[in-house]
Amino acid sequence: MRNAFMDELITSARARDNIVLIIGDLGYSVIEPFADEFPDRFFNAGIAEQNMMGMAAGMASEGMQVFTYSIGNFPTWRCAEQIRNDVDYHNLPVTNVVVGGGVTYGSLGYSHHAIQDYALMRSLPNMTIAAPGDPIEVRACMKLILKNKKPFYLRMRKGGEKEVHQDMPELIEEGILVKQCKGSKQIVISTGGDLNKTISWCDENLKDKSDIYSFPIWGAKNIDYITKILKKYDTIITYEDHLDIGGFGSWVGEICVENGLNKKLTTLSLTQEICGVVASQETLHNISRIK
Amino acid sequence: MISYESKRLAKKIRKTSLEIVSRSGASHIGSALSIADILAVLYSDVMKFDSTNEQFAERDRLVLSKGHACVSLYATLHHVGMISEGEIFTYAKDFSNLMSHISHKVNGVEFSTGALGHGLPFALGKAIAAKVNGERWRTFVIVGDGEMQEGSNWESLMFAAHHNAANLTLIIDANNLQSLTSVDKTLAIEPLQKKIEAFGWECSDIDGHDHNQIAKSLAKKTLKPHCIIARTIKGKGVSYMENQVAWHYKCPNSEELEIALKEIDNA
Repeated sequence: MRNAFMDELITSARARDNIVLIIGDLGYSVIEPFADEFPDRFFNAGIAEQNMMGMAAGMASEGMQVFTYSIGNFPTWRCAEQIRNDVDYHNLPVTNVVVGGGVTYGSLGYSHHAIQDYALMRSLPNMTIAAPGDPIEVRACMKLILKNKKPFYLRMRKGGEKEVHQDMPELIEEGILVKQCKGSKQIVISTGGDLNKTISWCDENLKDKSDIYSFPIWGAKNIDYITKILKKYDTIITYEDHLDIGGFGSWVGEICVENGLNKKLTTLSLTQEICGVVASQETLHNISRIK
Repeated sequence: MISYESKRLAKKIRKTSLEIVSRSGASHIGSALSIADILAVLYSDVMKFDSTNEQFAERDRLVLSKGHACVSLYATLHHVGMISEGEIFTYAKDFSNLMSHISHKVNGVEFSTGALGHGLPFALGKAIAAKVNGERWRTFVIVGDGEMQEGSNWESLMFAAHHNAANLTLIIDANNLQSLTSVDKTLAIEPLQKKIEAFGWECSDIDGHDHNQIAKSLAKKTLKPHCIIARTIKGKGVSYMENQVAWHYKCPNSEELEIALKEIDNA
């Protein structure tokens, strides 16, 4: 995923001289091609996330489209106020790109688990979450981000994820129907980098009785497309690598309630038992509801 | 060299600040009076701007990081023709753009602040953007001395020096008063000049009410980012407000306002 992101970023930077990358001293063996090709538009902010985010907003206010890059737990809560006040309130084109979404870095411990980040980002009125399910979706998200002068939170796992899709979706914001079961009134909606795992879980547990959607683009203002999808089904299952509180499943639940959609909703997400447990992503998922 | 224009503007800024705070029942007048001379010199003698075009590309950028002192900047923008008479008196009223912390929704304001420690990183981003794009305009940022307790400022000081953002000028409004008592007694920041110099900046220490000193330090060409520690008096210009922490919060009633306006007229 991160290589797909970097590939798209470099392509865009060749075409546009206002693309800037600021890293929070992370990205070894990922960011070097950008840094080498565009040294004037590459900055390592060091281990100083507040300055990184405030500075990104300042650059964006002068017409630059800024991408910050770090591991998900750091450039979120550490600089939450800079994201809220400087980037989101001023509605500036800063994309906060993170790897290590969820418990990707499971054994590194609680400090490295980005498991409350959706809760923060989805509370911000101008912020759009982009949580792609595979490398193809990363590229589609980048095309959407590059077209829009507004704040984004691009959340990925790390590297080595297999491609799920054959072709690039035209309108990533509508979500992608990954698998269709004719006449099914049940849907599984996945957001984030575990789309492959969602499909395996469905194959194992639902035996072709459910449609599967990937829904990477969401947040405070992106509720129309998901509402259209939800209306078509009786039973909804959401799948995410995030705590149950304030995440994607909560978002879907709130939309159902606010729109009077009487659905059976199951949220497959991380539960609080995993907080502080050192284990691989797979083990932490197994302790939670994501089997 | 004494700029009579800046002296006149400083008086107007003080009087309008007092009037709009008094009318709206708002607070933070002490902080606003503290930076009136700095703003007067910036807008009279230093900054490039076009009062008819907020987005004038070659304008110098000013970020007011101590957003609670906003009336001083609103009053300045009013007197340079960027905020109308009708709008300035909507200050702090329901649905006004002129909120009680500086707002980018107001003509001539670059950035909204209110939470402290945000202005310097943002201004640094602008300065770096200017360097990358080969632009000649300058970026100024005004912070409070108590605000220097925020760690984000020290992150920016490091970055600015490392990347030699010599087009950035940081002005510290050093009135030595914060929320409850003096900065010294709350969380000491001195020796500020030595600390900032040690971070790789050039740093001047001046009288923040002396227009000659302000103008001279702002005109100084430096090879490094430049910090000006402007020693000021909170509530400057109104005898009963000067150095009184209570005027961080209190609002002058009509009698107090009359006394204050007379003192400024007679100064």
